Amino acid sequence: MLKQIEGSAAVAQAVALCRPEVVCAYPITPQTHIVESVGELVKSGELKNCEYINVESEFAALSVAIGASAAGARAYTATASQGLLFMAEAVYNASGLGLPIVMTLGNRAIGAPINIWNDHTDAMSMKDAGWIQLFAETNQEAADLHIQAFRLAEELSCPVMVCMDGFILTHAYERVDIPTQKEVDAFLPPYEPVQVLDPADPYSIGAMVGPEAFTEVRYLAHRKQMQALDLIPQIGTIFKEVFGRASGGLLHSYRAEDAETIFVAMGSVNGTIKEVVDAERETGSSVGSVSICSFRPFPLEELKNALQSAKRVVVIEKSLAPGLGGVLASNVRMALREVPLPVQTVIAGLGGRAITMIGISEVLRAAESGSLPDVTFLGLEQAVIDREIARSAEMRHAGPTAEGILKAIQNRPAAERSRAS
Amino acid sequence: MSEETALQRVKFYQTGTHTVGNRLMDEDKRSVQSSIDRSNAITSGHRACQGCGEALGARFALDAAMRSCDGNMVAVNATGCLEVFTTPYPETSWQIPWIHSLFGNAPAVATGVSAAMRRKGRAKTKVIAQGGDGGTTDIGFGCLSGMFERNDDVLYICYDNQAYMNTGVQRSSATPPTARTATTPAVGDAPGNVFGTGKNLPLIAMAHNIPYVATATVADLHDLETKVTRAMNMSGSRYIHVLVTCPLGWGSATNHTILLARLAVESGLFPLIEAENGAVVRTQKIRKKVPVEDYLKLQKRFAHLFKKDHEDVDRIAAIQRMADANIDRFNLLGERTAP
Ligand SMILES: Cc1ncc(C[n+]2csc(CCOP(=O)(O)OP(=O)(O)O)c2C)c(N)n1
Ligand code: SF4
Ligand SMILES: [Mg+2]
Repeated sequence: MLKQIEGSAAVAQAVALCRPEVVCAYPITPQTHIVESVGELVKSGELKNCEYINVESEFAALSVAIGASAAGARAYTATASQGLLFMAEAVYNASGLGLPIVMTLGNRAIGAPINIWNDHTDAMSMKDAGWIQLFAETNQEAADLHIQAFRLAEELSCPVMVCMDGFILTHAYERVDIPTQKEVDAFLPPYEPVQVLDPADPYSIGAMVGPEAFTEVRYLAHRKQMQALDLIPQIGTIFKEVFGRASGGLLHSYRAEDAETIFVAMGSVNGTIKEVVDAERETGSSVGSVSICSFRPFPLEELKNALQSAKRVVVIEKSLAPGLGGVLASNVRMALREVPLPVQTVIAGLGGRAITMIGISEVLRAAESGSLPDVTFLGLEQAVIDREIARSAEMRHAGPTAEGILKAIQNRPAAERSRAS
Repeated sequence: MSEETALQRVKFYQTGTHTVGNRLMDEDKRSVQSSIDRSNAITSGHRACQGCGEALGARFALDAAMRSCDGNMVAVNATGCLEVFTTPYPETSWQIPWIHSLFGNAPAVATGVSAAMRRKGRAKTKVIAQGGDGGTTDIGFGCLSGMFERNDDVLYICYDNQAYMNTGVQRSSATPPTARTATTPAVGDAPGNVFGTGKNLPLIAMAHNIPYVATATVADLHDLETKVTRAMNMSGSRYIHVLVTCPLGWGSATNHTILLARLAVESGLFPLIEAENGAVVRTQKIRKKVPVEDYLKLQKRFAHLFKKDHEDVDRIAAIQRMADANIDRFNLLGERTAP
């Protein structure tokens, strides 16, 4: 049914349709509305046969989900940013134990400086934790991906993280088609684990493994993700048959087949990028884009096929690996390791800074003219940086720096202030 | 006749030793060790040290638990000696469904298991979580307090050997003052662990008003079994704190495991109490009070207190004051409280 609905509420309803049996909640912006909405569905009786547990930390939230999943229940939780880091140990544990937990990540920056707004640093911090990571482009896709995520998780026995941009998606009211219970039931069979904590058939789960088998255990985790490369498109196809719309998959190309410049990005920024592509095509630029939905597993082959006939690839990514540059770009370069194509990266939207069409168009100009550096920080205020560098050069500098930058921003000349705003 | 009075009727110590209890008990109250029908949560072949109090305590606690629920139970284990010595992959000693997730999350995992059991129509399946003192009083403390506060239907058992043993005997918040550990070495002006303010987990558990809190030791296995059985027949959050001797970490003789646990009780250093809904309901009186030296002297971790040329009289006296304070607080020398 079509609803004009907040992204968080849409996801909550989609999750509820998946009949989770244990949901653990701990608040952190911008994820709060999701668990609040699920809680309301449980308390009102709309979502039946579900334990809704208010825990005392994210570490506990995922740990409760671990226990529930190991005991055979379908388990769900959601978090963001600092919360994901707080549960980090359990994140690895859930995948190591092969538990098909589904978790929403309302993507948000990581501090210090503390920042509640959107970027992808949180997801990137757990990119190698053994979870499948799917990125939603729209709220429709966010809702749909959750339904697919439970099926994927349970077919593979591997946890799935559905990433949706904080605020930009979680708090946006959009039209979303919420499926019926009948449709979801037809798509998602009940969870039937191979191994559960059952007194009638006692297993020991989570034993200590030494060097004699650890590599094999890790290899099998890798293999699971490789299997997911086949399974994700298959599940996408079945989803389309049942629900009548395409959602998910490994990646989406947009006007990229004949494009000289191809943008690569994840999540909601693809909406803006597509608008730029359309506008720039009008004025004669040969440009297209690829939106990566599955970041883990990373679709090396499919991405290579989507990109290899371009002249250049420009990655727009909402995270930074300090001391290296772009995380997503490194993965894209891996996909293109046999193709002599320049891959430049633009670090954009950190801590919620808006990524505008104008900004992306300027990047395109620079890329087309060959003047785009390997790493660009979109909209970086160079004058502020220069002043802060000069200020800190005056003294031996060890200690908190974030406040220093604030000073540099506060002390900026009037002319620069008006330009910035 | 209540269980309590049945236990009291028998004078375990009537021969002057502490080893005669079993045959003086009523048939159904005896500990059975060699029957093929005896429940057996942790089977032989595990890799605990000789004389390990944790292995003994865990086996008696879980076997009693199994008996009380006909084996319909699941155990969740924190990282630590008990986890490591029972499950060297691909072997396992556990005869019950068992899961180990992390060091600090056993209470939360148990909450999840318990919730799943309810949803799966197996609400009768009992859930036990267990960990060492480090896993309980330090790193898992937040999760444990959360579990208590929600009154989740889990029995949590702490095996307190007073240090992080699995990693090589480092100090935990349950390590007693002056004890030598790898991180509180017996050097300097005040060798060993500092005198802190203490972190009394049974009292902290009681402050959550949970249905049941008890302390026990491996010196009195009947008492441990009774308390576990009592806890198993309740629901909500229950907590049992078991003092378990660790010959390796304490530097004690392997045949002193039971003796040391008993001396900890008889000196007043480890009070045996039971509490329901936040109030003490039973305490075990000290039969014959012993000075703390009797307990301390048998352990190398306190050896620096008893140097030949200079005994650390002041700090031994301070430990004695701690024991006396416990005795006062719980009235351990007074009349037995009514059951
Ligand atoms: C997060 C984390 N920190 C540290 C460790 C290392 N570690 C494993 S077991 C252990 C000691 C356990 O001590 P305790 O809980 O008292 O149990 P014991 O071994 O004494 O029975 C430590 C420190 C770990 N596994 N995980
Ligand atoms: S170190 Fe201590 S607790 Fe660990 S197995 Fe040995 S005796 Fe038992
Ligand atoms: Mg310990």
